Amino acid sequence: MAFSDDVRRIRAIVWKDLTTERRSKAGFNSVASLGVTILVLFGLALGPDGKALHDAAAGALWLAILFAGVLAFNRSYQVELDGGALEALLLYPGARWAIFAGKLIANLIFVTLMLVIVVAVGIVLFSVDVPATWPRIVLIMMLGVVGIVSLGTFYAAMSSRSRAREVLLPLLLYPMLIPVLLAAMSATKALLFGDVMNEAGAWMQMLVIFDVIFLVATFLAFEYVIEV
Amino acid sequence: MVSGKAVHFIGVLRLENKGAIALISGVSTSAPLLSPDLALDARGVARRFGARWVLRGVQLQVRAGEMVGLLGHNGCGKSTFMRIVATLLKASAGDCFVYGSDVKTAGDDVRHHVGFFSHVPGLYDDLSARENLAFAATMLGFPSADIDAALERVGLTHVTHERVRGFSAGMQRRLSLARLILQRSRLLLLDEPYNNLDVAGIALMNAFIRELNAAGGAALVVLHDLVPAAGVLDRTVIIRDGRVHAPTPDDLAHDGASPQAITLPAGAAGIS
Amino acid sequence: MFPAHPNQFGPPKPAPAWLGWLAFLFFVFAQVFSVVTSPADAMMGHLQKNMYVHVPAAWVAFGAFGVVLVASLYFLWRDDERADLLAASSAEVGSLFCGLTLVLGMLWGRPTWGVWWSWDARLTTTLVLFLIFVGYLALRSFVEDPHRRGQWSAAVGILGAINVPIVWMSVQWWRTLHQIQSNPRGLSPVYLRGLLLNVAAFTLLTIWFIWRRYEAARYERAAEHAAQAAALGGYNA
Repeated sequence: MAFSDDVRRIRAIVWKDLTTERRSKAGFNSVASLGVTILVLFGLALGPDGKALHDAAAGALWLAILFAGVLAFNRSYQVELDGGALEALLLYPGARWAIFAGKLIANLIFVTLMLVIVVAVGIVLFSVDVPATWPRIVLIMMLGVVGIVSLGTFYAAMSSRSRAREVLLPLLLYPMLIPVLLAAMSATKALLFGDVMNEAGAWMQMLVIFDVIFLVATFLAFEYVIEV
Repeated sequence: MVSGKAVHFIGVLRLENKGAIALISGVSTSAPLLSPDLALDARGVARRFGARWVLRGVQLQVRAGEMVGLLGHNGCGKSTFMRIVATLLKASAGDCFVYGSDVKTAGDDVRHHVGFFSHVPGLYDDLSARENLAFAATMLGFPSADIDAALERVGLTHVTHERVRGFSAGMQRRLSLARLILQRSRLLLLDEPYNNLDVAGIALMNAFIRELNAAGGAALVVLHDLVPAAGVLDRTVIIRDGRVHAPTPDDLAHDGASPQAITLPAGAAGIS
Repeated sequence: MFPAHPNQFGPPKPAPAWLGWLAFLFFVFAQVFSVVTSPADAMMGHLQKNMYVHVPAAWVAFGAFGVVLVASLYFLWRDDERADLLAASSAEVGSLFCGLTLVLGMLWGRPTWGVWWSWDARLTTTLVLFLIFVGYLALRSFVEDPHRRGQWSAAVGILGAINVPIVWMSVQWWRTLHQIQSNPRGLSPVYLRGLLLNVAAFTLLTIWFIWRRYEAARYERAAEHAAQAAALGGYNA
């Protein structure tokens, strides 16, 4: 099968996932609202002391993205399970990794949009001063999101089709994401406080290593997981 | 009878293709010869769910250009068998070939041949009729397929841009049929295709099956009621106790067909 | 003429009883030897002897997950269900020793550091590993179809094992960058001999456990195959 055909299929899946998501709206709105709600809850748990809030901002932000993101991953397969669309999707000829690539890209866009909202709210609620190094923070956020979404999209392919899907996905996903969370939280926090110990670069490297390893691994393993 | 000739025909083919086939079937020396002219060749296909064996060794051969009806009680494994042929489900044991391609090892080749009309619509509720077909056409590798013609053929031109969410069950079936038309498959697997279709829809479906037949394609049709398929099928088989049998006249009467409605060749269970 | 099931193998090779006895007696000897020969530690006193179970348990836990990785890769490569059963057996035994490591680590940490849990890099990595394989075993219990279960859990096992060094690195950095005192001290030769002896004994015990568990898994699967043969019987006739 020609590579251009695969690219066309990936584009079609991305377009289809985002269009159905945009039209149903309820999905994105509720997931983003949940992210914001988690931030508020963290604020209540840690506040009202301004300094404590400020210190915990990076951690709260990433956990909010993680907790809300998990809902997005199962949702992205739910669309396929309603009305047996996954069956039709699996019956189309062509490489199965294209399905994974399409879902991955659609989820990346979905989670990134949610992240924009959550970050904006977080800056206000946790009185964060945006540092001059903000482009590096943006880069770290992108790297962190790639790590979370690649593993999330992969594990949701299994959990969404198993019994107990609500509990299985976090159970599988959260321990796997500990390096991503540690790196992303530490780097974000370091940059918010001026990176005095010069550690953000090392964390960024770790994120790149994690992303590359697990992008390759999930692409290779997806065929075994989606197969029935 | 026609079937006698057909069996003879297969025998000749087998002899002629012996050399070429031995290469393909290198998997097992004791297996019967493979013929790519068999649209479907199921050999001892078995499937269990947990401890329950639904299929216990299905033997069924469908020649290219043959239309075969598949009968059986609820839960007898008809749909399970169709899903195994369509590569959606793995057999617990046995082999199955579609135009010579093994469903286990050459799934992608099989998917190029097979058009599966399942009892679920497989459509996206939040896309319009046209968008659903455009998506399917791209995924099938026919991005320039004539979607409007397919929509017109199934009589959905008036709702081209409406979302599938508002469609009735029958309209969804018609849209699935339009997707099947785009697909140009060589082996149709139709799982209760007439469900939810009105008289005009049934006529559409039958016209489509006949058209495919004329082009040399084959079909396996799961049915509960033989009447709508009258004049379409070459023969029918029945799954009972997990295996394929030739139906008795009682079976056919039970399914509401007059014996004249279909041909009932000897050796319909397939293995010679 | 009905084809044999591709994954139908003869009865498993039973774990020899002498191996079990050897492992057990060696374990008893290693424990007694190391406890008797090692003097009380200058700082920790006899608390140090926890090392003779804690460290070997950790070692075999990580070793068992190495087996899961290799067996899972082999299963995906060759579709040999014996590899799947070996991975599952190994994961069960590995989780057991992983849990033991954590409990012993806490029992040691309380009198030593004054807290049940310190975010020590090794202990934290062991905890994460434990959680990953709890997920692995949970997944296995949630999937009915044996083939699907094999493929899914192989993928989860491989990804989890790949992640272990990355987790360790990240926790290590996280601690050093935050300047928390790590567990210092090298190991004097007086203790090293007993430790190595116990590592060997634990390894032998683990091999015995995994072998027994694998044997049981093979019999369970053989019973399923027998049910299949019974269900399909009569077809050949």
